[in-house]
Amino acid sequence: MTDFTNLGVKDIRDGVAGGDFTAREVAESFNAAVAAAAELNAFIVTTPDHALAAADAVDAKRAKGEGLGKMGGVPIGMKDLFATKGVQTTAASHILEGFKPEYESTVSQKLWDAGAGMLGKLNLDQFAMGSSNETSYFGNVSSPWKKDGTNAAMSPGGSSGGSSSAVAARIAPAATGTDTGGSIRQPAAFTGICGIKPTYGRCSRWGVVAFASSLDQAGPMARSVEDCAIMLEAMAGFDPKDATSLQMDVPNWEAALSADLKGKKIGIPKEYRMDGTDQAILDSWEQGKAMLRDAGAEIVDVSLPHTKYALPAYYIIAPAEASSNLARYDGVRYGLRDLPDGAGLQEMYAATRAAGFGDEVKRRVLIGTYVLSAGFYDAYYTQAQKIRTLVAQDFEKAFEQCDVILAPTTPTASFPLGSLNEDPLTMYLNDVFAVPASLAGLPAMSVPAMTNSDGLPLGLQLVGKPFDEQGVLNAGLAIQQRAGFEAQPEKWW
Amino acid sequence: MSVTREEVAKIASLARIKMGDEELDRMVPELNNILDWVEQLGEVDTSGVEPMTAVIPNTLRLRDDVVDAIPETSGGRRDDVLANAPVAEHGFFGVPKVIE
Repeated sequence: MTDFTNLGVKDIRDGVAGGDFTAREVAESFNAAVAAAAELNAFIVTTPDHALAAADAVDAKRAKGEGLGKMGGVPIGMKDLFATKGVQTTAASHILEGFKPEYESTVSQKLWDAGAGMLGKLNLDQFAMGSSNETSYFGNVSSPWKKDGTNAAMSPGGSSGGSSSAVAARIAPAATGTDTGGSIRQPAAFTGICGIKPTYGRCSRWGVVAFASSLDQAGPMARSVEDCAIMLEAMAGFDPKDATSLQMDVPNWEAALSADLKGKKIGIPKEYRMDGTDQAILDSWEQGKAMLRDAGAEIVDVSLPHTKYALPAYYIIAPAEASSNLARYDGVRYGLRDLPDGAGLQEMYAATRAAGFGDEVKRRVLIGTYVLSAGFYDAYYTQAQKIRTLVAQDFEKAFEQCDVILAPTTPTASFPLGSLNEDPLTMYLNDVFAVPASLAGLPAMSVPAMTNSDGLPLGLQLVGKPFDEQGVLNAGLAIQQRAGFEAQPEKWW
Repeated sequence: MSVTREEVAKIASLARIKMGDEELDRMVPELNNILDWVEQLGEVDTSGVEPMTAVIPNTLRLRDDVVDAIPETSGGRRDDVLANAPVAEHGFFGVPKVIE
């Protein structure tokens, strides 16, 4: 059997459409790769039959000469935050273990309509709360990468760590991710792949397990900028079922891809030069500037003065929204129920939530409950929302001087699983460069730039104006072409 | 601002999460670390700044007044709604007795 697992979205789609191979052959290759990679723990459930059925449907369409769709014949991994009809959807939590939705999320439905199939549901940080993939009820996900000369299991980032691990290990050509405060970009950076969070509202949140509704946004994770552009086109679009969905046409991002940046200005935010940032990260940033200059862009200095306050504001706003969103898990309508002997309704709620939520989820629900409670609402929540306005205004001003902003994605490369567990705050700092764009709802992407002295990947982040995914993708393409990032993890699983 | 053990117990009860002594003891310093850290937001002068309500300007839509315009979010799906309930009886969600 030919192995198709080195192919990405575009190559698979074009190869199937051109008759070079069948969608079934591709699905079989990836199904086998998924089954052989259980050690990564990237999937919570696998759905090989779904992938095969979708592939057969595409092959049948081709036989009849019909159009195959933007993702025709591409089997993907689906982050287990998307409701998939009849397939267990848990958000990596115990409280939703066994939950089989009676409906399909809009994003996943759009992907199936575009000809994609599902390899399985990907592991993540529980309710997307985490930056290392160590908070899943179903166990940690391992990155396929190892530090040179060591054998410790490394973090694939979070929360979309099953997605990043699967794509980097080539057991899926692409995967869905969701980004609330960096959950697509940080794992993409840790594993040497691409991932884009579009403008807030581009992708429907209907059927996506909610974490922080004003921030959550779905996006693709894949091995190239082109593949991200293709998949984002398939995922995005207006949805009357989501009140925050943007009533805008989806541009043809793939067709308009161009790495020629003549006339473009790239902003470098001086506040992102923070103490504690690795020298290798700063070096990669310098290289990124040189690459974009080489692509014809002009580099300009910009200022985002409230950067320092974005992360603490995020850790008020996101838990506040989470405490409200997660109130629905009460043991009545779906999921786990813990009913101690003789317990009444209130005790049942409390026992169910105690048994069903992990530590990080409890921590955030408590923080959220506290900052929204009487007497503290204005001091914490209103103040954080005002700072969110200031962060967004910083970006608006910066974009008067530049078209796209270039910054590192993360302050460090990946770290060994278990090494940051003792202190939640240290873990939160991972998203220090990713969170500001999330608070402002802006499109942002991570593209692999280089490897550090340990042989681990580092990512560069591009942040664009609202609705300018094209500008972000184009700058990402310019970096991709010049960085020539071809490093791959050595197969150990 | 910092929280005491009693305050954390109160927040946990507001959040409907049962917590034992050991868990409360663990949670108090963790929450205080996080709260100490977010205190820095108080440094920012936000007088005259409006709190953000919508991150991307969007118009509020009204749907057409049509019954079952979107089948997935409309009525008539009792069995689907109940399909994942831990206890469903006679077309209702079953819960412990609320009124004696």
